[in-house]
Amino acid sequence: MLATRFQIPGHRRAPSLAVRISFCTAIGLILATLALPARAQESPYIVTYDHYLEEPGSLEVEYFSTFGTQRAGKDFLAYWTEFEYGATAWWTTEVYLDGQTTFDDSTLFTGFRWENRFRLLQREHFINPVLYLEYEYVSGADKILKEIEGHDGEADTAGPNAVARKEHKNELELKLLLSKTFKGWDIAENTLAAKNLTNSPWEFGYAIGASRPLALKASVQRCNFCPENFIAGIELYGGLGDRYSFGLHDTSHYLAPVIAWNLPSDWTLRLSPGFGLNDNSHRFLLRWGVSREFSGFGAAISRLFGGRS
Amino acid sequence: MTVRGSAILLLLTQGVVTAQTNSVPARKDSSVYSELAKAPKKAAARHNPLGHDPDAVAAGGKLFALHCAECHGEKAEGSRKAPSLLAEQVEQATPGTLFWILTNGVVRHGMPVWSKLPEPQRWQIVSYLKSLTPAGKSPQ
Repeated sequence: MLATRFQIPGHRRAPSLAVRISFCTAIGLILATLALPARAQESPYIVTYDHYLEEPGSLEVEYFSTFGTQRAGKDFLAYWTEFEYGATAWWTTEVYLDGQTTFDDSTLFTGFRWENRFRLLQREHFINPVLYLEYEYVSGADKILKEIEGHDGEADTAGPNAVARKEHKNELELKLLLSKTFKGWDIAENTLAAKNLTNSPWEFGYAIGASRPLALKASVQRCNFCPENFIAGIELYGGLGDRYSFGLHDTSHYLAPVIAWNLPSDWTLRLSPGFGLNDNSHRFLLRWGVSREFSGFGAAISRLFGGRS
Repeated sequence: MTVRGSAILLLLTQGVVTAQTNSVPARKDSSVYSELAKAPKKAAARHNPLGHDPDAVAAGGKLFALHCAECHGEKAEGSRKAPSLLAEQVEQATPGTLFWILTNGVVRHGMPVWSKLPEPQRWQIVSYLKSLTPAGKSPQ
């Protein structure tokens, strides 16, 4: 029933009210923020999080896409849009809207996520912890692979959409994000625990990332191709089984170089070819993303509701 | 699902507005500068390694416009969100103190940590801040 509502315009059925509201909200937010100034200094990671939160009052609108190869099934393109808002200097909240197209099958809206990150310590320390809490309501056809958990593997995304969309996940996800910046290097480690709120065991996963700008000093002129605008790095992520079978057995893992290009025009582009490291993994995942940060979004919304800015 | 989704969106919007409204107190009192005194002695004593770099002020100005001006004002004059950086307290602060504040932020009062900027870029911003003429003083 719910899966039917998730279908996207142009396909078999007319869009439901939920889909229309989501699209109108997205378009409204984008239009509302076009006039705001923007700043960009983003990390290149697509899966890993470091301890840096969104600046207070800023909204970052992001679009990401993952092309995945599938050995026993059809290749797919999964995509998600993020609205990331810095509520305070220690709290960032974020809404995701997910979808996917499986080639020679169909296109589906696959659900939403609501993510919150809380900075636990006021100042910078040797290691900086951030607590991550996420609620997600996605169908079994969700293929964005934003995190790998438990025994996730290539076989999970092989089924036809018509079958996969009938399954639903009502999931709570916790992560401890640890990171540090040292001599220009950003090093981050994430430990993940996820629980499907139906009767499923806790599942675990990890992500590790390291990145560095190509130059540490800023140049005097505004420029598109200055080396400090490029941040390159690498991510390693995968599942760690579940409560009953913790470990690497029957899990999937990926190694993915990442690069981000922070343009002075306030856009950030990211690219990451990912390579499966074992037989359970997709052989290849090509991810890319584009984002723009809008400073002063919160103040603009506050003014809209009669508040002072 | 539709009702629940809409309710979550509404709550989120309200939270955003509330958080933003609450995070914009007036920043005219001098107590906001008391954070400068919290810099450890060792950090405050650090010298700016780019202090003699002729490009540091210009590059720092570019970084300031990109990352700091939104809250502190284009000319560092301050705003409702963040204090003026033309104040005497900032002028008297050592480069090491300003670097420490940039690195650690003042998270409780809404200033994020800026350690994501590489150290040389933070020193460039410090060079720019030290080049500013404090309010009420004429440029030399």
